[in-house]
Amino acid sequence: MTGVIYVVQGILAVAVLLALYRAVLGPSLLDRVLALDVVLAIIGAALVLTMIVNHHTDHLILLVVISLIGFIGSVAVARFITERG
Amino acid sequence: MLSDVVVSILLIGGALMSLAAGIGLVRFPDLLSRMHAATKPQVLGLLLFLLALALETGSWPLIPLLVLCWLFQLLTTPVSAHMVGRAGYRTRHLRRDLLTIDELDDVVACAVVEVDRQAPPHEADPVEGREDHDRRGGVDH
Repeated sequence: MTGVIYVVQGILAVAVLLALYRAVLGPSLLDRVLALDVVLAIIGAALVLTMIVNHHTDHLILLVVISLIGFIGSVAVARFITERG
Repeated sequence: MLSDVVVSILLIGGALMSLAAGIGLVRFPDLLSRMHAATKPQVLGLLLFLLALALETGSWPLIPLLVLCWLFQLLTTPVSAHMVGRAGYRTRHLRRDLLTIDELDDVVACAVVEVDRQAPPHEADPVEGREDHDRRGGVDH
C-alpha cells in the first residue's frame, strides 16, 4: 500500500508539472484557464490521497470549495475574454 | 487485503487520468482538443478517487457526502466547459484546418442572413414607423 501511495504521488506530480507547463507557455488566455482547471482537479485528487493516507474525512468540504472556485474562475474569464487574449 | 488491492487499483487509475490530462494538454494542437483531454481528471479521475476513499473508510454515512461532491463537480464542469468553448469559438481560438465538420458555422450563416433580411425596412423609413405608432396611440386614447 505504501509503495502504491508513492507511485500515485509521483504520477500526480508529473501530471501537475505538465499542466503547469501548458499554463505558463499556453498561447492564449483560454489555454491557461483550462490548464489551471486541470491543476485544481489534481489538487483535489491529492487532497483525497491525503485523506486516504491519514484515515480521516476532514477535507471533503475543501473538495467542494475547489470545484466551486474552478467553476467561477473559468466562467468569469470566458465571459470577459476578448479577441486579443 | 482484497480491499487494499482494489483501493490501489482505483488510486492508480485516477492518477493515470490526471497524467493523461497533462500529456493531452501538452501534446494536443488547439483549444478544443485540449478541452477534450482536460475533462478526464475532473469527472472520471475524481470518481475513481472518491470510490477509493469510500472503500478505504468503509462507512455508510459518508456515501451521501461523496455523491454530493461528485454531483457538484458533474454539474459545474459541463457549464464551465460550454462557456470556455463558446468563448473560444467566438474569439477564433481554434484551428479551422483541424475541424472535420463545423455545425455551428451553418447556424451563424443563417442568423446573419436573417438579420440582413430583417434589418433594411427598420432602418430605411423610421419616420413612417413613428407615424404609424402615433396614429395607433391616438386611436387607443
